[in-house]
Amino acid sequence: MTLLTASGLHASLGHREVLHDISLSLASGHLVALVGPNGAGKTTLLRALAGLIPSDGEIRIGGDALGSLPLRERAKRFAYLPQGHMVHWPLPARDIVALGRYPHGATDPARLSPRDVEAVLRAMQAVDVVEFGDRRVTELSGGERSRVALARVLAVEAPVILADEPTASLDPRHQIDVMQKLRSVADTGVLVLVVTHDLGLAARFADHVLVLSDGRLAAQGAPAEALSEAVLASVFRVSAYRAEFRREAVIVPWAGL
Amino acid sequence: MSVQDFALAAEVAARRRWSATAALLALVVLLLVISLGVGPVRLSPLAVIEALFGGGSDVAQVIVREIRLPRTILAFAIGGILGLSGAALQGLLRNPLASPSLFGAPQSAAFGAVLVIALGLADVRSYALPVAAIIAAFGSVFALLAIAGRNAGLLILILAGLAISSFAGAATALVMNLSSNPFVVLEIAFWLLGSLEDRSFQHVALALPFIVAGAAILLSQASAFRALTLGEEAAQSLGVDVGRLRLFVITGVALGVGGAVAVTGSIGFIGLVAPHLMRPLIGHDPARLLVPSAFTGSALLLAADIAVRIIPSTSDIKVGVLTSIIGVPFFLYLIMRERRALGGGVA
Repeated sequence: MTLLTASGLHASLGHREVLHDISLSLASGHLVALVGPNGAGKTTLLRALAGLIPSDGEIRIGGDALGSLPLRERAKRFAYLPQGHMVHWPLPARDIVALGRYPHGATDPARLSPRDVEAVLRAMQAVDVVEFGDRRVTELSGGERSRVALARVLAVEAPVILADEPTASLDPRHQIDVMQKLRSVADTGVLVLVVTHDLGLAARFADHVLVLSDGRLAAQGAPAEALSEAVLASVFRVSAYRAEFRREAVIVPWAGL
Repeated sequence: MSVQDFALAAEVAARRRWSATAALLALVVLLLVISLGVGPVRLSPLAVIEALFGGGSDVAQVIVREIRLPRTILAFAIGGILGLSGAALQGLLRNPLASPSLFGAPQSAAFGAVLVIALGLADVRSYALPVAAIIAAFGSVFALLAIAGRNAGLLILILAGLAISSFAGAATALVMNLSSNPFVVLEIAFWLLGSLEDRSFQHVALALPFIVAGAAILLSQASAFRALTLGEEAAQSLGVDVGRLRLFVITGVALGVGGAVAVTGSIGFIGLVAPHLMRPLIGHDPARLLVPSAFTGSALLLAADIAVRIIPSTSDIKVGVLTSIIGVPFFLYLIMRERRALGGGVA
């Protein structure tokens, strides 16, 4: 079922137009990978879709125009995970996850309603961070911190999750963990849009791939067609090794063209 | 971990914070009583309390209620708003070195007030003084945040603050330079040092409304500071209107600092120090730090104002001088602690 649509989307950073005429339609329950070379406008597209930066064109979420929704309502519909899992103060991990309930009016982690506590616990259990709830996030390893950040996003319990490079700077094991987790979240009916540079992860886990090139959608569709040899050559200027392993697609970028 | 464990952990943390805040409050009350008792005529705490509530001798009543009470109220309120402003700015900028005085807010407010005095526009006890100070303070904080941009590192903030406070200092010097009346210049020079001496209830009436309004604005934004822990983008995605928040903080700080500076001259470094003293006790949650930082600021300024009355010296030491003498080494210590962030914080 279509959940998030954009039509004729334009966005600028300063005086430079970064996104040109983007139209897309994404369904709930899908894991969507947003790929593209550096500077293609992936992060800008993610921010525009969440309404974090101004854009021209129309964005509709669950039938409502994004522009007509108040900030609080937007916050309930989009859970946004920025790049880098930045945390500025050494708060306990539990308080960070509890910030996910902020859009629901729970602005104080010490005074959560039972419903909010349950949501926080569910999120922490889902990514297995319950054990270090009391520890300060700044004392956690990079992998642990990325899981806490993910738990914070899950705790929003929003119909759409927008994640900007959630696997960057993680070791292979944690990359796979994070993608598997996002995959299972999508399977519960959530629309998960993930920015990634890893074409292999995109091919393996995504239902739908958006290929962004110089601010335009160069291709979109199922991984096999969106990441075809022709697209990889024209957009990424690489050749790739392709195979199938345990009935899942394998793409390994191989050489520059 | 169950729902009960979760509630228990939150309760333990809350109890710790409450006992720390209660102890702090007791300290503030103690300092209030001492402040009312210290001066050329020393009064015991019991005599102070008696005089305060209309007992004791007439002389004691006049000393406590008319001479020392305004001074004590101002020390409490101004120390409080400075501590609160520091905690709010640190929360907004997610930066432990943010504070009104490092950003040139009091210096700019002083310039606004000095301009009004030197031009003879208004009497020293008119509302024109705090209004000019507030406008100048607003301008300085606004300029700082505009220069620094959305995700400024430590270095840019400090450099911009240095530039703004130097500018305000130079502008103040220029006004004094151009002033033809040497008495006005002398008056301004002493006033700039920052003092609570000989303040009356007129001064309290002049500053307090602005301080209370500034404090109310800053406190109303508490939970937004907590969301900002995740950065501006994430906070915005959680429903925080970051642009509006910035405007609120600038307004709150300008009202409080401007109102304070208008009646006492510039008193620095309390806003920087207060939140740091509270973090080991309260934790790093920027929302929870606001009220304890305000009380700590009150305690610091009350203590400093008591100290300048006790320290034996031939002429009066100004309380603003004392807070800076203590505050600057603390600032240096913080720089040393933040050395790594400063080194890499250019971007």
